[in-house]
Amino acid sequence: MKLICLFALLLPFAAFADDVAVYTLTIKDHRYQPEELVVPVGKKIKLQIENKDATAEEFESFALNREKVVPAQGTTTLLIGPLDAGRYPFIGEFYEESAHGVIVAK
Amino acid sequence: MFGTAIIVFREVLEAALIIGIVAAATHNIPGSRGWLFAGLLAGLVGAGVVAAFTDVIGSFASGMGQELFNASVLGIAVVMLAWHNIWMSSHGAALAASARAVGGDIRDGRRECSVLLLIVGLAVLREGSETVLFLYGIAATEQGRSSMMLGGLIGMSLGIVAGYMVYAGLMRMPLRWFFTATGVLVLLLAAGMASQSARFLIQADLLPSLAAPLWDTSRLLPENGIAGMLLHSLIGYDSRPAGMQLVFYIIALVTIGTGMKWAKHAHK
Repeated sequence: MKLICLFALLLPFAAFADDVAVYTLTIKDHRYQPEELVVPVGKKIKLQIENKDATAEEFESFALNREKVVPAQGTTTLLIGPLDAGRYPFIGEFYEESAHGVIVAK
Repeated sequence: MFGTAIIVFREVLEAALIIGIVAAATHNIPGSRGWLFAGLLAGLVGAGVVAAFTDVIGSFASGMGQELFNASVLGIAVVMLAWHNIWMSSHGAALAASARAVGGDIRDGRRECSVLLLIVGLAVLREGSETVLFLYGIAATEQGRSSMMLGGLIGMSLGIVAGYMVYAGLMRMPLRWFFTATGVLVLLLAAGMASQSARFLIQADLLPSLAAPLWDTSRLLPENGIAGMLLHSLIGYDSRPAGMQLVFYIIALVTIGTGMKWAKHAHK
């Protein structure tokens, strides 16, 4: 019940997130494509992650302080930034050996 | 196999530590063991359900359902830990003096036990659902999956051992320090969860980050090292936290701490 209340309460706020640039990452065969994603400095951006694999993956980045499960054959979005110039590595926690990449803020 | 063990260990560790601390803190309450076990079972079942409905949960609130779900689970856990700690501040001494004396206070004790069930259940639910997703992925597709599954089992066992060590360590503690120690540990657990909850709300863009990151100690004490991992689970350590996380951390710390002090004095 509390949960439902919170959802209802917070729902209107979620709508504000829409006017930001969207960047897409694709996961296939436990690899990110592209493995290097260039984004602008100082802007909030929306990251859309599409998982083409039959297994779930968890997008995780300590540098960006983000973690989010991407369901098998599903899509998810999350917001990052505004970032300072630099390199922000990320991994797929479930398949770390192959699934990694970096977001470069320029 | 090794990689699998580490991933599962990381997921299990946090729940195991929470259970270890809470189990020690409540070992004197009659019937607490059963409630703890029930919480564990409920959490496992819940984890399976959450894992199965990951995409449904994720699609809520314009794709931010996962963040809201995690933030809510953490938020409820913080409130429960707060309740527990404040309750222990007023009843702890009586419990230590004689377990039998609490018999008359049974209704109160029962409420505390259902709080215990929720704390354990939520901890297992949150950490468990990711483990389920991960292991399910392996079981469904990977080659050489028996070695991966073995890795999963090893990771899980190591996590449980870590939780048990915290429990056993606390139980060996002299009584006069015991309540202070468990009280402080639960307080820090709650504050750490409040900070994590803030992180999910920032990720969902529902809260401003207020300086991100506030500091960067990732070279000194990385979160994926053993020490960083333990500190993350125990006191909510974050190598690159947002300012808002610290705000949540401090608010939880002060609010619960004040509640504990107040309960202690009110009971005297």
